[in-house]
Amino acid sequence: MSGNRILSIDNLRVEARSSVLLDDVSIHVDRGEVLGIIGESGAGKSTLALSSIMLFKAGCVPTAGSIELCGQSLMEMGTAELETIRRTKASYVAQSAAAAFNPFYRLEDQVTEIPAMAQKLTSAQRRRMAVELFEELQLPDPENFGRRYPHQVSGGQLQRAMIAMALINQPDLIIFDEPTTALDVTTQIEVLRLIKKVARTHNCGALYISHDLAVVSQMADRIVVMRNGKMVEQGTTRQLVDKPQTEYAQRLVANQGDGTYASSNGNDTTLLDVSNVDVGYGGVAAVKDASIRFGSGAVLALVGESGSGKTTLARSIAGLQPARTGQIRMRDSLLAPVVEGRSFDQRRLIQYIHQLPDLALNPRQTIRDIIGRPLTYFHGLRGGAADQRLRELMESIELPAAYLDRYPASLSGGQKQRVCIARSLAAKPDILICDEITSALDPLVEESIVKLLTRLIEDEGLSILFITHNLGLALRFSHMTAVMQAGRIVEQGETRSVFETPQSDYTRSLIRAVPQLREGWLDGFSSNAA
Amino acid sequence: MSSKVTLGVSVAVLATMAAAAIFAPVLAPFPPNEMVHAAFDAPGVGGTLGADGLGRDMLSRILYATRYTFVATLIATTLACMLGVTLAIIAGLSKGWVDIVIGRAIDILMSIPQIIFALIILAIAGVSLTTLILTMAVLQSSTYYRVTRPIAGDLAAMEYVEVGRLRGERLHWYLFKEILPNMVPSLLAQFGLGLSSAALFISSLSFLGIGIQPPAADLGGLVRENALALSTGRLTPLIPAFCIALFCLSVNGIVDWLVGRYSDKPEVK
Repeated sequence: MSGNRILSIDNLRVEARSSVLLDDVSIHVDRGEVLGIIGESGAGKSTLALSSIMLFKAGCVPTAGSIELCGQSLMEMGTAELETIRRTKASYVAQSAAAAFNPFYRLEDQVTEIPAMAQKLTSAQRRRMAVELFEELQLPDPENFGRRYPHQVSGGQLQRAMIAMALINQPDLIIFDEPTTALDVTTQIEVLRLIKKVARTHNCGALYISHDLAVVSQMADRIVVMRNGKMVEQGTTRQLVDKPQTEYAQRLVANQGDGTYASSNGNDTTLLDVSNVDVGYGGVAAVKDASIRFGSGAVLALVGESGSGKTTLARSIAGLQPARTGQIRMRDSLLAPVVEGRSFDQRRLIQYIHQLPDLALNPRQTIRDIIGRPLTYFHGLRGGAADQRLRELMESIELPAAYLDRYPASLSGGQKQRVCIARSLAAKPDILICDEITSALDPLVEESIVKLLTRLIEDEGLSILFITHNLGLALRFSHMTAVMQAGRIVEQGETRSVFETPQSDYTRSLIRAVPQLREGWLDGFSSNAA
Repeated sequence: MSSKVTLGVSVAVLATMAAAAIFAPVLAPFPPNEMVHAAFDAPGVGGTLGADGLGRDMLSRILYATRYTFVATLIATTLACMLGVTLAIIAGLSKGWVDIVIGRAIDILMSIPQIIFALIILAIAGVSLTTLILTMAVLQSSTYYRVTRPIAGDLAAMEYVEVGRLRGERLHWYLFKEILPNMVPSLLAQFGLGLSSAALFISSLSFLGIGIQPPAADLGGLVRENALALSTGRLTPLIPAFCIALFCLSVNGIVDWLVGRYSDKPEVK
């Protein structure tokens, strides 16, 4: 077609031994254009993006269709030819920059590796190439930045270094695979703005993969929605956001939330009262002088960026990381700093749900063993009575009772997290501490978990301490919100007032950094906003 | 050779040896400690496998020796495994000074050559089947500790262990429900190695004369008793040596298969 076309994939079908990973997928990217690919995990986003440079996971083969990059058909190419194409025409920016850099080499040596492979370069030449890009990517002290090792720079800086590495061979196509998913919202803004600028100034094409529709809508000119290896919908970003055609896309758009607050039904009796708590590891204070309180039937969201001390505070409430000073009270009783010092009932009434269900469920125990243990331990239930209760619990987390005899490995991520919830419910707690329990899940799965929790608050009379870095989620789900920064609670109050009339600058910058679907949201940031 | 064939052969060999050990009194053509042939009778002349230097029937002696080797090896290895793994899990869960004390004690144990250590202990405590087995168990527990301590540390950091801590579970729960089941694959491999090395260890002790005491003999003791025969051109001492080798190989054949099977199982998607 036109000379501007960089990538065109037509009717591509990719199969593994017993399953179809991609089925009849067609996409194209023109010069200067960003194509967003969105979908939940396992939808085939990465498989599709990497097929543009003929990279497939072991055991996966393309069985039909064609792939053309810069006018050359890749399907018939040999390995040597493909390697040249990959080295000269395309670049890949991975999700986790920390995992993509070798900790033993300096950044500039890694960033300039590709050109150094093609021709002999002195280290001065290599440094010059790197510094140029570091400047463009607004890295601090670009002259010396490349001398550092990966662990000496922040996550956002490392991600930018990775973008520099992608730009160094002046590619025609850049594949961004969830490049900001691991970053905090305020850091994410900077990286997103840079990516957008780079895509424009370098006049190349880009594929942008994400599960976050708001982010994709800011980055992409057109969007492809993937699900189960099939293309569900394709169109310009505006079409898709304003008038999604398919039911799945409509759900994705609706899930971005209309900013409605959870109705407050918490009463005023204080259930948990944490006052002036300091927690530290060795000489480092992770939580300083933190006080939070909430009543029964309420959801308190604890928000903040990574490293702000949210989890540490929650762990001190659970008694896993003892508070050095301050008091934690539940109703009228004072709780011991470590869980071993707390009574049987105190241990029962506070239940903790971890972020990663894969680590929180013993892979060698069946779901029956996992949920059954607190029933026996706390309530002495065995045999028929335990079985009856197990079935009720499975029903309340909306999983079939037949799953009781499965092992965790045969469940999906969302199902595993439901099992963790059921295990907590089995103890009949008053307080659930949920530590980022949805952050590893896809948006629609996250939504279903939150719906489940909302129902459980009413059915079981639970109160929830909900730790999250996702402000949109805090807004929709919680009655009260506390904002943490660098170990301190900087703001606390009813969710509506925290979001509508934030008192601290930090809260304001956090709220502003939450990606929105609105056109031009990202461009609205002046360079010093983040 | 495919793993199925290895497994079949190993099971057959081990079952035969176990049967020989169990039914030794029935199978043995002569009492093991009586001189029924002429000294150094050739195989076929005096008894199926010939006679030793005192004219005792070799076949009968090997059957009884297999019995000793089997019993001592199995009990010592099981005890060693239990001891080492329990210490490793306690160290992994409690960390701090408990971990340090146990760790250094094991270091001391490992820094002294096992055979020398065994010589000292047996010289002090006196040689009997019980002291022999206990000594071997203590000495060999150090290797189980070394293999499982890092795994126990990793597993103890798992969040499901933390969930147990929040509940207030006791040591035996972690031991048997949370940690041990996840150790089984690496433990099985070590147990297989341990069985073979225990068989070799008790054989070396007997070869040195501080293992099973005469007139009884285990397979290692038989090699020693008959070592002299080699100089007369007889292969008699090689038969018990061959039995030791067979035992070790077939134990490993079975363990390899078990490890492969166990590590595949729960990862079904």
